[in-house]
Order: sequence, then structure tokens, then C-alpha cells
Amino acid sequence: MKIRGAQILVEALKKEGVEYVFGIPGGSVLPVFDALYDAPFKFILTRHEQGATHMADGYARASGKPGVCIVTSGPGATNAVTGIATAYMDSIPMVCISGQVKTFLIGNDAFQEADMIGITRPITKHSYLVKEVQNLARVVKEAFHIATTGRPGPVLIDLPADVSMAEAEFEYPKTVHIRGYKPVLEGHPKQIQKTAELINKSKKPLLYVGGGCISSGASEELLKLAHKAGIPVTTTLAGLGSFPEKEPLALGMLGMHGTVYANYSVQNCDLLIAVGARFDDRVTGRIEKFAPHAKIVHIDIDPASIAKSVRVDIPIVGDVKHVLKQLTPLVEKLHLKDWHEQIAGWKQKHPLKFNMDSSRIKPQYVIQEISRLTKNEAVIATGVGQHQMWTAQWYSFMKARSMITSGGLGTMGYGFPAGIGAQLARPGETVFIIDGDGSFQMTMTELSTAVYNKIPVKVAILDNRCLGMVRQWQELFYQKRYSSIELGPSTPDFVKLAEAFGAMGMRIEAPAEVAPAIEKALAHPGPVLLHFMVESGENVYPMVPAGQAIDQMIDMA
Amino acid sequence: MKRILSVLVENHFGVLARVSGLFSARGFNIDSLTVGETEDPTVSRMTIVTHGDDPVLEQIMKQLNKLVDVIKVVDLTDEDTIDRELVLAKINATASTRPDVIQVVNTFRAKIVDVATNSLTVEVTGTESKLDAMMELLKPFGIRELVRTGLISVARKREISVKGKEGKEEKDEKQNKPSGKKKTEEEMTEE
Repeated sequence: MKIRGAQILVEALKKEGVEYVFGIPGGSVLPVFDALYDAPFKFILTRHEQGATHMADGYARASGKPGVCIVTSGPGATNAVTGIATAYMDSIPMVCISGQVKTFLIGNDAFQEADMIGITRPITKHSYLVKEVQNLARVVKEAFHIATTGRPGPVLIDLPADVSMAEAEFEYPKTVHIRGYKPVLEGHPKQIQKTAELINKSKKPLLYVGGGCISSGASEELLKLAHKAGIPVTTTLAGLGSFPEKEPLALGMLGMHGTVYANYSVQNCDLLIAVGARFDDRVTGRIEKFAPHAKIVHIDIDPASIAKSVRVDIPIVGDVKHVLKQLTPLVEKLHLKDWHEQIAGWKQKHPLKFNMDSSRIKPQYVIQEISRLTKNEAVIATGVGQHQMWTAQWYSFMKARSMITSGGLGTMGYGFPAGIGAQLARPGETVFIIDGDGSFQMTMTELSTAVYNKIPVKVAILDNRCLGMVRQWQELFYQKRYSSIELGPSTPDFVKLAEAFGAMGMRIEAPAEVAPAIEKALAHPGPVLLHFMVESGENVYPMVPAGQAIDQMIDMA
Repeated sequence: MKRILSVLVENHFGVLARVSGLFSARGFNIDSLTVGETEDPTVSRMTIVTHGDDPVLEQIMKQLNKLVDVIKVVDLTDEDTIDRELVLAKINATASTRPDVIQVVNTFRAKIVDVATNSLTVEVTGTESKLDAMMELLKPFGIRELVRTGLISVARKREISVKGKEGKEEKDEKQNKPSGKKKTEEEMTEE
């Protein structure tokens, strides 16, 4: 029986086991929305397409399954661009279906036409313009395959209105064969053997773990390797949660706002094993001075990540989980007493710290209390800026997929919608969004989506009345010439705002009120907004100034 | 350093944009790029002439391989290859200079494909250096218009096709080798 393209799309999404689709309808996707009317999965109507893409992204990060969004042509699709780019930079599996004008109008400057294939080419893993309805089922199958395998990423399907109205037989392919796309899973045995030899000879080894460990689901394998050999572990922002931070071997995050002891460990190690991490400039600082004494092993599923920014002694192309499984049996228990003692010394001398104040709320304190009161078990989403770095430092992440944050692109406004998506992926769990007053105001319109769909996310806004990270840079590197950072006078009353949307709101102005407010929020069954008035001049320390080696850190006085 | 890449890609619309977009987005140079269908109509071959040091070339090849529509990438730079480029050039030729132009054309075994009152159109194929030399000699007469195809290249000793020994497997092997110039002799022999 022949069915319409729109129906083929819905059937294909059913076959892929899709639970939620995020988006907004519009002219070119009306046939699709007609088919969605009877679909068994849930459509979450957002208030802005950027929100839809971030929700799909947050859903993907929290669940490990691909996020799906459907937006209309033209402005709907261009609004989705930031969210697609965010997912691309952090290698998050996503399938985004954008409506397109009818095929005979393409290129004609038609109403609500935008060249989405062209616009998204550098920010998608792959993209398809479906010109014939017979190809649609195959394209959807391939899109999900490409999005979720290898180094994951967003795939765009541009679907013209006439194609979604044309009819074809629905036959969903069982397998995918793309001759130009065959990701390697197993590491090369010889390279793994050599790595094991290097590890067994090393005196100061260090595991440097990134988001690849989380997308590969390799936390357990990582723990086994670290425990067996006794190797300390530092994680990137994207890797937070892959190694429990209460472990004695955990060093927390490295890089620009990493811990002193993690950065010192990198600069002093004799063997650096990069696990699903890509030597981003926020991690390495000045690249020529990064890990100067170390041999470098780089495990990554993407060959193009290897040797892109640093010289590598042993490259291993493969899936982190597979490679660690191959590697661990070849590794011996190492005698690293001196190395462990050296690191313990750094930990004691340079712990993370902030100066507690009895009258003003310190942002770090709020995060510490959220960590304590959620027993380190909540799913955390953040925006981008100081609050994001403090969250990375002060929340004790114990499990993979518990830190939902935009690392690569650094998208302000990401946290709130991503947290909503994460909550849908993990319905029984606490999702706490830690946001800044600047970030939150970029996407706060999704309060409406949260309230309408009864999504019980908790939002903590750390309100310092300014764009704090920009303020910090202007204070430290631009002679305190504070340019366009002041939000204070026009910041809305967030409590009233929450109430206007139908959510619960609380304003917290003193340190003593912090814990009771968090407890009250956790006990409330619906969405809650906590408006914390925090100290506005607080800086994120330690900090490596841009362009410096990562052991050249500014720490707080 | 000049590099010649032979790239087999899916014969779809939009693939050229992906390849050229990759070069511009990542700051790689394209000196010339030619594209055409191969013996297999579903596959096109791009011959890309670029330049860069070893790490840059390594990144170019890896990034090209990463494109889903790219089937195979082979570096022909150090191979024994036959290289050709075609030029069509319109040269000033009056009654008095015409014999001299024709003499240059004959010397390079080029062809005259069109004659007008004041010009001759010349067709010539050959290696880049031969074409450069000929154009140098024609310059004094006045080159009114010059059209060059860019280089195409074929390896003498093997076939670079989708089915050849050079499949994705070999590509994967290569990706597991150390980067850049750090290949040891032992690893070279393993290849």
C-alpha cells in the first residue's frame, strides 16, 4: 500500500523507537504535522526552535539515544542552527528534520525558503535533501545510523513539502550500507600492545578523559583500567561524570578552570593517555608547553581528531569502550607511590576554594549545597559562563550522563531547554539546571513548555546582575573597563516571571536560606525557579590566562 | 609542498560543495580541482592539487575521509603517475606574426583549433611544466584568453578505484599508524 511521505517519516521514526520529538510546526511541514497527529510518540511543542534543538540535545546526552526535532522551512530551520552547531561541537547524536519549500520552488527565493543544506553543511555530520519520496525511508535509516555511530553528531534531513505529500510504498531497510562510512570500533592490536608496554614502564601516567568516554558508555572500563594500574584520572568538561569524583584517583577537571593538581599532573606526567578527548584549546592552553615531559597516547574514534593539535606517539583509532577492554588485560599493577604522593601534596596545597561569607551568597556555595542535597545524584544542566565553570568545579559528578553542558560551542541559553530534554529522558530523577542570569534570559521562554508539559525541572539562577565571565575577563585583562556587561537594572523579577508562566518561584538573598530553598524545590512536584542573589564580583579560580601554559594559573588570594 | 590527491566520491549533487567547503572552512588551499565521472557512473573522481606540509596534508586526507560521501582518498604526490592538463588559449596572430606562433605550436605538438583574422586558438595537453613553458613562449605575441582545466593524474602501476585493494580497510590501517613524520622504519615495513 502506498502512503504519503509524511506518513513514511512517522513510520520510520516509530521503527527507530523514538519517544519524543521536539519542534514547532509551520507551512512547509504541515503534511508532517498532519501525520504526527496520530503518532504514538510524543511531540513537545517548544516556544522557539533553538529550544527544540537544545531539548533534543539534552535528551540525547541524558539518555544516550538520538534526539529528534522537526522544524519548518526558512526561519524555523535557521532558528535551529545554533542548536545543531552545539550538538555538532560536542558530538551529540541528533536527527533534525527541516521542512523545505516544494522541490520546484527550491532556488526561487520562495516564501520561507532557506538553503538549509548549505547553511548547515559545516555544522552537521551529514545532511540530506530528499527529492524523491522513494528515498525517504532509506534516508531516515541512514540518518539515524550516521548520527549514532562512529563519532556521533547531528544529521539534517531537508524535506520539501511536495515530497512529504507524494506517495510511495513504505519499506524500512533492515541494514545500512554506505561505502564511504565505516567507523572502526576495535583498536589496532599492535598499537594497543605498544600502549600497554608504555603504561607498564611509566612512572607518572595520567588518564585524560573526554566526552568520548561517555558517548561510548565506557565508564566501567575506565574505572577498571584506572584501578588495575592505579592511574590518576582527570576529565574534561565534556568528560565530567565518566569517572566518579569521590574516587581517590580522581583529579577533577583540567584546563583553563581546572584544578591546580590536575593541571600540575598534566605538566609533570611522563605518559598522558587521552581517552575520547580532543586536546581542545581550553584544555591545553599554550600548546607547545602542554605536557612537556609526556609521551602521548590518543584513543579516539575519529581519526581526524588524532594529531590535529598535538604530536601523538601512539594513535589508536577505535571506540573507547572496545579499546579499553582490549587494553586493560595487558596492563600491570604499577608501583606509583611517589607519583600518588606528589599529587596528594598538590591536592593538599592547592585545593579548590572560595571564601565563605555570612551575609552574601557565594555562587560556589549554592552549587555545593545542590550537590549535597541531591546526594550528588542529580542530572545537572548548565548554561555557559562562570556558573558553568563553578558547577564543573563544585558539583561532585558520580555518574556518566549527569553533566549536560555546552562545551565546544559554549552556547549561552543552552542549559534550561537542555535540562527539560534531560528530564524527559530521565523522568524519575532530579534534574537541576544551574544557570546564570545572562544565559537564562536567552531561552527562558521555554518556561512555558516546561509548565505546559508538567516537566518538573528545578532551575537555580545564580544572579550576579551581569555577564559574569565577560566581567571577569574585563577585570583581569581589560583594565576593569567594564563594557556592556551590566544586566542588573533591567533583570526581571524571576519569581514573578516564574509565577506568570505558572511555575513556582523563590528568591533567596541570604546564605542561611540556601539549603531550605533547595530542599523545598526538591520536594515540589512541578517546575521550580530558584532566584539566588549571589555576590556579583566573584571570579572563577583557578584560571589559566589565554595563551599561557596550563600550570601558569591565577589562583585566588 | 605541492600535493596531488585522487579522491573518489559519490556521484551526487552537493558533493563538490562539501569538499570545497571543507577546504575553505579549515583554511586549506586548493590550487586546482577537477571532477568527472569514472568508469563506474555512481562514482566521480576529483583530482585536487593542494599544498601544505605533512601535518596539513594528513589533516586534509583525514577530513576528506570523514565526509560520508567520500569513498577513498589517495595521495599521488610521491607515486609514479602520468599527469596531464589541457589548455585552450587564444593568441594574437596577425599576418606577420602568424608563422611564428604556428612554429611554437608545432614545437610543443599542440593544435590550432580555430583561426580568426587577428588570432589563433591553440589546444595543448601536457604536464604543468610543459604548458607553462609554452605559455611563456606565446606571451610575447599576446595571450587574449587562457583556459586551463587543472591537473588530472593516473598512477602507472595500480588502479585507484572503488573496488581496488585500496579499500576502506587500507585507509583504516593507515589511521592506526603514528602521525606525521614519526613513522619508524619498522612501521614502514609493516605497511
